[in-house]
Amino acid sequence: MAADKSNKKIARRDFINNTFRFSLVVGLGGLGGILSKNTLGTEMVWQLDASKCVQCGRCATDCVLTPSAVKLIHVYDMCGYCDLCGGYFRPEAKNRSTAAENQLCPTSAIERVFIEEPFFEYHIDKDLCIGCAKCMKGCGSFGNGSLQIQVNHDLCVNCNECSIARVCPSDAYVRVPANDPYLLKGFKGDGKKI
Amino acid sequence: MERKFNLGEQLMKKQIVIILFIILTGLQFSSTFAQQRFPKPEFESGHVQPLTITPDARAPILEYLDMVVLLASLSLVTWLVLNKRSRIGVFWMSIFSIAYFGFFREGCVCSVGSLQNIVLAIVNPNYNIPISVIVFFTAPLIFSLFYGRTFCAAVCPLGAIQDFFLLRPVNMKSWLQSVLGVIPYIYLGLSILYAATSTDFIICRYDPFIGIYRLNATFMMFALGGAFLLISLFIGRPYCRFLCPYGVLLNLTSRLSKKHMTITPAACIQCRLCGDSCPFGAIDKPVEAKAVENRRVSVKRYSWLILTLPLVIFIGGWTGASFHETLAKVNSKVRLASVILENPSVLDEDTTIDIDAFKESGQTSAELFMEAADIVSDFYLGGWILGGFFGLVFGLTLAKLTIIRYRMDYTPNKGECFSCARCMDYCPVEKDAIINNA
Repeated sequence: MAADKSNKKIARRDFINNTFRFSLVVGLGGLGGILSKNTLGTEMVWQLDASKCVQCGRCATDCVLTPSAVKLIHVYDMCGYCDLCGGYFRPEAKNRSTAAENQLCPTSAIERVFIEEPFFEYHIDKDLCIGCAKCMKGCGSFGNGSLQIQVNHDLCVNCNECSIARVCPSDAYVRVPANDPYLLKGFKGDGKKI
Repeated sequence: MERKFNLGEQLMKKQIVIILFIILTGLQFSSTFAQQRFPKPEFESGHVQPLTITPDARAPILEYLDMVVLLASLSLVTWLVLNKRSRIGVFWMSIFSIAYFGFFREGCVCSVGSLQNIVLAIVNPNYNIPISVIVFFTAPLIFSLFYGRTFCAAVCPLGAIQDFFLLRPVNMKSWLQSVLGVIPYIYLGLSILYAATSTDFIICRYDPFIGIYRLNATFMMFALGGAFLLISLFIGRPYCRFLCPYGVLLNLTSRLSKKHMTITPAACIQCRLCGDSCPFGAIDKPVEAKAVENRRVSVKRYSWLILTLPLVIFIGGWTGASFHETLAKVNSKVRLASVILENPSVLDEDTTIDIDAFKESGQTSAELFMEAADIVSDFYLGGWILGGFFGLVFGLTLAKLTIIRYRMDYTPNKGECFSCARCMDYCPVEKDAIINNA
C-alpha cells in the first residue's frame, strides 16, 4: 500500500516534469523558429558607416585589439591624386615635402608617390595605420574624402558587442552581413562605383 | 583651420582637368562628380590605378563548422558522462573546448552571451540575428532538458578554464553558497534589461576570461580574469556558480532532465565516500526521517510564504521602478541628454567628443531629449519588471529554504550539478552489481 502511494507520487512528478519538458522543448524550438525568420542566414559582422563617421579618434583607442582592427582603406576611385593632399599634409605644413613634420599621420603610414605632373598617389601601410582617422578628417575637409576608415575583417575578432560601437558618438557602427562587410562612401567592392 | 600655403596654383591645373573631363564624359556623370571636389585624373603616362583592397570576413562555412562542433561536443560529453561515466574523458573534452571555443574561436559567440542577442532579437525586429547564435542559445538548453548540464561540464569555454584550475577545492558553507547563488539571477535580470533597451551587452563587456582567450585585453580585464582563476584554485567555478546568467536558465531546465547523471551506477549503498567529493557543493545528502518536521506546520508556513509572494513582487517592482533613472544612466543617449539638460551651455563650448559629435549630427536638443525620454520610459517599465523578478526570486528562495525533502541516498542536485563526473570515481559500487539488502 505504502509502495503504491510512493509510486503514484513518482508517477505524478514524472508527469509534471514531462509536461514542463515537452512545453519547454516546443517553446525553445518555436522561439528559435520565429527568430530564424529574421536571420539573413549568414553571420553578421561589425562595420562603421563611413558616411556617419565624425572622425573622433575613438576607433584607435577603444578596440579590444591593440592596434585597432579599424584601419584606413583608400578608395582610389574617389581620389583626386592631389599634389596638396589634405589627408597627407598637416594644415600648418611648411612645404610640400615628405618630411615627418609636414605629415598629418602620427605613424607615417601614408606613402606619397609621384605619378605624373601634377598627380600624386597615396598608399596606406596597413601595418603602421592605427585607425585614428586624422587623415580621413583632412581628406574629407579639403578633398574628395577617398581616405576612409573601416573595420578590417582580416583582423576583427567580431566581438558579440563591439567595444568601439559602445562609445561611438555618432552611432556609425552597425552589424552588416559577412558576405558584404564594407560600408565605404562612393564605392562598393570589386572596384565598382555605386 | 588656416592653410598657410595657397591652393591657387593647384586649382588652376585642376580646373583645366575638370573642364576637359566634363566635355569628355558628358552630362550624365555630372551628378556623381558634383560631390567630388577634385575628379579622378586621366593619366597620360598610362598609370593604372591600384585596386582598393577590402579583406574578406571569415568564410560563412566556418559558422556552420562552429555549430557542428558545438552539437558534436555536446553529444560526446553527454555520452561520456552518462554512458562511459568517464571523468578523464570529460577532462580531455574540456581541454578541447578551451582550445577550440576558447583560443581558436576567441570566445565569440558563446552561449552565455547569446542570450542577450536573443533578447535583442525578440524586442527589436530590425536586428538580424545570425543562425549560429540561435543554435548556441537553444542547443545547450534542450540538451539540459534531457541530460542535465553536460554543456557546463566540458563544452562551455568559460567553465572549462575554471575547472582546469581547480586544484585544491575548499568546501563552502551552504548558507554562503545559497546567498551568493542569488547573484546570477540579478545579473540575468540586468543583462536582459540592458539588452532589451539596446543599451549594452554587459555579459560580454564583463566577461572575465575573454581577455585571456584573446591574449589581448586591457589591464583591468586581465586582472579580473586572473583574480577569477586564482579563486578557482580553491573555490570551484566561481563564475559559473555565482555569476553566470545562462547558468540560471540551465539550472532551471536541468531540474526537469529526464536522464540526469547519477553518482552510483547501480543502487546506493550509503557508504558516504562521495559525500565531500563535489567541489561545487552540488550533492544532496540524505535527510533523516526525524529531521522532517510535522507536515501541517510546514505546509502552513509554506502557504503563508507563497501568499506573501505577490506583495514581495510588488515591493520589488516598485523599488526597481523608482531606480529607473539610475539604471537608464548607463545608456549613452540618456547620459548625453542629461549632461546637456543640466548645463545647456556645454553646447557653446567644445567639451567632449560626444557633444561635438552631437552638434555635428544636426540633431536639435529637443529631439535628443525626446529620444532620451522614450528610453527612460522604457527603463521605467523595465524597472518594474526587473524589480518584480528580483522580488519573485527572493520570495521563492525564502520559500524554498523551508522545504525539507526526505531523501535516502546521496544524489546530485539536478539544478546545480555541472555533470563534471568527479563524484563517480569515489563510488565503489560497480555497474550491474547486485546489492543484497536482506
